[in-house]
Amino acid sequence: MKNSTIIWLVLLIVGGGYLIFRTGSGSMGRAYVRHETFDAKASFEEQIQKIDDEEQKAVSDGKTLNESKAEARKQLETRLPDLEGITWTKVSSAERSELTTDDGQPDPAVVFSWSRTIGLWIAALGTLAIMSFLWGDNVFYKLAEAVVVGASAAYAMVVGFWTGIIQNLFGKLIPSVMRDTVLPGLPSTQHTEWIYVIPLVLSVLMLWRLAPAGGWISRWPLAFFIGATAGIRLVAYLDADFVQQISNTIMPLIVSDNKQGLMIGSSIANFIIVTGVLTCLVYFFFSFEHTGAVGTAARVGIWFLMITFGAGFGFTVMGRIALISDRFNFLFYDWLWLPRPGIDA
Amino acid sequence: MSDFFRNLDRRWIFLVMGLSIAIPMLMGVVFPEEPSQEVLDVFNAVEDLEDGSNILMAYDYDPASKGELEPMAAAFVRHCAEKKHKLYFITLWPAAIPMLQKNIEILNREYPEYTYGEHYVNLGFRPGNEGVIKVVVTDLKKLYGNDVAGTDLNELPMTVNVKNIQGMDLIVNVSAGTPGTKEWVQYAATPFDIKMVAGVTGVGYTPLVPYVPDQLAGVLGAIKAAAEYEEAVLQNYPELRTNPATQEGLRRMGPQLVAHMLIITLIIIGNIIFFMDRKRGVA
Repeated sequence: MKNSTIIWLVLLIVGGGYLIFRTGSGSMGRAYVRHETFDAKASFEEQIQKIDDEEQKAVSDGKTLNESKAEARKQLETRLPDLEGITWTKVSSAERSELTTDDGQPDPAVVFSWSRTIGLWIAALGTLAIMSFLWGDNVFYKLAEAVVVGASAAYAMVVGFWTGIIQNLFGKLIPSVMRDTVLPGLPSTQHTEWIYVIPLVLSVLMLWRLAPAGGWISRWPLAFFIGATAGIRLVAYLDADFVQQISNTIMPLIVSDNKQGLMIGSSIANFIIVTGVLTCLVYFFFSFEHTGAVGTAARVGIWFLMITFGAGFGFTVMGRIALISDRFNFLFYDWLWLPRPGIDA
Repeated sequence: MSDFFRNLDRRWIFLVMGLSIAIPMLMGVVFPEEPSQEVLDVFNAVEDLEDGSNILMAYDYDPASKGELEPMAAAFVRHCAEKKHKLYFITLWPAAIPMLQKNIEILNREYPEYTYGEHYVNLGFRPGNEGVIKVVVTDLKKLYGNDVAGTDLNELPMTVNVKNIQGMDLIVNVSAGTPGTKEWVQYAATPFDIKMVAGVTGVGYTPLVPYVPDQLAGVLGAIKAAAEYEEAVLQNYPELRTNPATQEGLRRMGPQLVAHMLIITLIIIGNIIFFMDRKRGVA
C-alpha cells in the first residue's frame, strides 16, 4: 500500500470516528423544528377585532370604514360558526439557539425532527461527495451528480405541471371542475376562456411526436412556438439592447454644471464609454483591413474587450469563492455545529 | 524551487484554497466595508421611495446560486421592511419557490407587524420565462389568479386593486441567470419605464452594466456588493446590528479576501515560472 493511501485511510478513519462520536453525543447533525398551533376561530376573531379597531379609529377621525374592509368583516363573521374546533399546526425550522427559552429552560415548542435531520445528513454527505471530485472522479461524485440532475428535473416537471398545466391551462378551460377538485382558491369570477383551446391543441400536437405515426405533426406547434418567441424577442432586443443602448451612449464628452463647473471625473468616464463603444465596434468591422487608423482603433478595442473579459473573470472567481464559502458555512455550522465566531459565544 | 511549483499536484492547490477559505471563516475574520457609489445608487432607489410603496420582489435564483445571492436578497427584504414597503414576491424559476419562502420567513421572524396579504404577498412561480413578464406587465391576474397557497388575489387587500406591475414603484430583481435581470429590463423596465434595481451573480454582472443608469437604476454584483449593501443598510438602520443575520455578506468577505490574495499570488508565481521558462527557451 502506498504511503499516501495509508495517510488518507488514517485521516478518513479518524474523521469518521470523530463524526460518529459527536453524532452519538448529540452535539452535531441534528435538525429541530418549531411547532405553532393556530385556532381558526381565534384567528378569524382576531382579524374581525383588527377591522373593528380600524373602524373605531376611522370614526374618531370623522371618516367611514373602507367598503372592502366592511365586506371582508361581513364575510369573516358569516364563516365564524363553521370554524369551531378547526386548528392547524405550522412547522418551521428552528435554530440551535432556540432549543432553550430566555430563562434557560427547554422550549417545549421546539422538537427534534427526524425527516429534517435525514435531509441535513443527505445534504452534508452530498456536498462532500460532490467535493470529492477534486481528488478525482469517483463513484460518490457520480452518485451525487445523478441525484442532483434527477431531482432537479423531477422538481421542475412537477412544479411546471401544477402551475402551467393545472393552473394556467385547465384552470382557464374548466374552472368549475378545477375549483371543485384541486384548486379551491380559484377565483369565482373565473369563467371558461375558450382561447385556451389553442394552446391545448398545440400541446397535443407537440406530444404527437411520441405517436408511432405522424410525428411530423409536432413540427407545426414547434414552428409556431419558435416564430412567436423570435418575434417577441426581436422587438424587446431592438428596443432595450439596440435603440436604448445607442441613446445611452449619446452623452456629452465635457460635463459641467453651474455649481461645480467642469466635472473632470464624469467627463473622463463619458469619454471612456464613448471611446470603448466606438473602438469595439471598429474591431468587429471587417469590411476594411485592420491597418493604419482602423488598425489602431481595433487594437484599442481589443484592450477594452480584454479588460471587460478580465472584469468578468474576476467577478466569476468571486462568485465561485462565495459558493464554496456557503457550502463551508453549511458544513461547519449547520451540520458540524462548530461555534460561530461572534455569534455563538 | 521553480521545479517544485512546476510539478506541484493540483490537489495541493485545492487544499490550500480550501484552507484559505475555511480558516478565516472559523476565525470570524471580518473586514470593514464602505458602500461604493454603485451600491448607494441601489440603496437610494429603495430608500428614497415613500414609506409603504409597492415593490415587486422578483427573485430568480435557485439553491445552486444561493451562496452568492442570498445575503443580498435578505438585505433587500430587511431594507424594504424597515421602510414598511409592500412586497410582492414573484419568481420565474421553479426552484426559487423555497428561496422566496426563506426570504418571507425573515419577515415572519423579524417583522411580526408584517401581515400576509396586507404588507406582503407570495405570488410564486408561473412557467413561461419572459412570457410571464410580458403578460403580468399588462394584466397580472391573467396569469396570477391566485397566490402561491391558492388564495384568490381578489381576496387579499394588497392585490385586489392591482391590475398589472406597471403600478409598482420599483422592481427589485435578484437574478442568477436566464430568465432574470436582462428579461425584466427588456420586457418591463425599458418599454414601460418602471424603475428597477438588481442584484446578480458575479458571472452575470458585467453584461448588465451598460443598462445602468438609464434602464436600471443600479445593479449589485456578487457578494462584495451584497456586503456593501448590508453595510449601507446597517449605517442607516443601526439597530439591525444586534441581529447577526444582517451581516452574512460582510462575514463572507473575510474568506473572499484571503482566497483572492492566494489566487493573485499563484498567478504571479505561475507567470514568473512562465517567463523564466521562456527565457530559458523551454516554454
